Amino acid sequence: MVLSVNKVEFSYGSVPVLCDVNFEVKRGDFISILGVNGSGKSTLMKCINRILRFKEGMIFVEDRDLKQMKSIEIAQKIGYVPQTSENGFVTVFDAVLLGRKPYIKWDVSRKDIELTEEILKIMGLEEYSLRYINELSGGELQKVVIARALVQEPQILLLDEPTSDLDLKNQLEVMKILREVSGTKNIASVVVMHDINLALRYSDKFIILKDGQVFTSGGKEVITPEIIKKTYGVDVHVTNFEGIPVVIPKSQ
Amino acid sequence: MAYTRRKLLMIVFLVLALISLIILSIKVGSANLSTLDIITALFNREATAASIIWNIRIPRILASIIAGILMGIEGSIMQCVLRNPLASPFTMGISQGAAFGAAFAIIILGAGTLHSTHADAVIVNNPYLTVFAAFAGALIGVAAILLIVKMRSVTPEVMILAGVAMSALFGAGTMFLQYFATDAQVAATVFWTFGDVGRAVWNDVWIMLIFMIPAIAYFLYHSWDYNSLESGEETAKGLGVNTERLRIHGMLISSFTAAITVAFLGVIGFVGLIAPHIMRRIVGHDHRFLIPTSAILGALILLASDTLARSILSPIVLPVGIITAFLGAPMFLYIIMKMRR
Repeated sequence: MVLSVNKVEFSYGSVPVLCDVNFEVKRGDFISILGVNGSGKSTLMKCINRILRFKEGMIFVEDRDLKQMKSIEIAQKIGYVPQTSENGFVTVFDAVLLGRKPYIKWDVSRKDIELTEEILKIMGLEEYSLRYINELSGGELQKVVIARALVQEPQILLLDEPTSDLDLKNQLEVMKILREVSGTKNIASVVVMHDINLALRYSDKFIILKDGQVFTSGGKEVITPEIIKKTYGVDVHVTNFEGIPVVIPKSQ
Repeated sequence: MAYTRRKLLMIVFLVLALISLIILSIKVGSANLSTLDIITALFNREATAASIIWNIRIPRILASIIAGILMGIEGSIMQCVLRNPLASPFTMGISQGAAFGAAFAIIILGAGTLHSTHADAVIVNNPYLTVFAAFAGALIGVAAILLIVKMRSVTPEVMILAGVAMSALFGAGTMFLQYFATDAQVAATVFWTFGDVGRAVWNDVWIMLIFMIPAIAYFLYHSWDYNSLESGEETAKGLGVNTERLRIHGMLISSFTAAITVAFLGVIGFVGLIAPHIMRRIVGHDHRFLIPTSAILGALILLASDTLARSILSPIVLPVGIITAFLGAPMFLYIIMKMRR
């Protein structure tokens, strides 16, 4: 197991957000985390990355206790794409190169440059490399942010709603690239998703959070009308289209 | 890569501009020295002009350069860690803290009997006590801000609000002291606040230099941390950067160097604000280049202002603080008008 989360609890002051969260992730897994707004998805992401320090429970990254790791070691193992990121006056190349931060001492190495070039190619950003990121569209910017996380050479990739600001074409493109890269680089990806159908199309495992707890988890079979009703409070049909389950809300 | 080379060229260009300005600046001054006089004086300490060159002009030029470098760096770091384009030692209350310290030394500790000489309009009687008190005043301000931040949270908003509050408090304190002071003491405190690089003697230059070198090394070493902060708080944390520590250390070191320059030279505004703004527009947010270019541009602006201050109403030598404020305000407005976003 590259990541195992054991009985993690977290609260903002006296407001509990996560309680008794348990799950495990293997390398190459592509897991979607689903749940309503406020169910603790983003908080869970930040706990796994130790941006938020949880009090109770344990998280192991490759059998190492997360609480004992230095932040630089965490950054070498875990890539994180937050919900929002700022776009300053830097080139695409430099913005992606920044992902090498956990490895850079005084200056960048040959390897840092080569890896950045490789990832830019994979993400199809080569021709943009000297463009300034504040001139990019939302889709291009999101690819830059994902490229930055990939250049960290992570074993675990945490993505918090990576497609929420993108149009349909970019949503599909970003998910497809993520899925492919996770496979070829053998990365464990944990993705917070709002679009259940997009998640069903690209993920093979699902974790559904409800009130800060893992409500259910498993393969595509866990996405049933009953579970959706209990999680989101919405009546849906779950049908099959070209071999992929599709969730369609019932007309009110 | 080509575009990195372009940024390196920018540094070379700025250095060359600074060297030319140094040459020009040695020549400018109330004592009309010919180029030959200057060259002789530079190589022969016994020459007639040697004392003017070595004891007045060179320390003054070096003080301008060092202070300018520090102001450029302080501005670029504070603007980054506070995520605010208006952040500078002035907005953080450091100058006001120093002014209060100086006023305290002059008025309460009696460091301020006035003398009139030909070289300067007024001089403060006990400059070392005043410098020390100003430095202490500035540091008390910084300590108070950091204490508030530690108690509350290490966010840019808390830091800036605490800075504004400390500025106001120190401003009020200075006015309170002045209200009960004699005319001569009030004149001395007001005079102290006119930032003037002409006050610097060799000792001051060495002290500023000693603190400048490790500060520059620290900031350059952390260039990539500042770059990650520019990409947002969470991205930076995700890259393993301890953003709280980076903010506190950045504020502490830049405030410390600011306290040193303000204690020796008085209040010189706008250089720390303008230099990083101009360089941000030219080299971007990459602190590997932003820090050195802002530093050299800061030196250029301050030395150019001081050269102007010495020549514009010659033989009267204006305090450079007045010139930087005069140049700085319209230049700053111009930058705001031309801002792309």
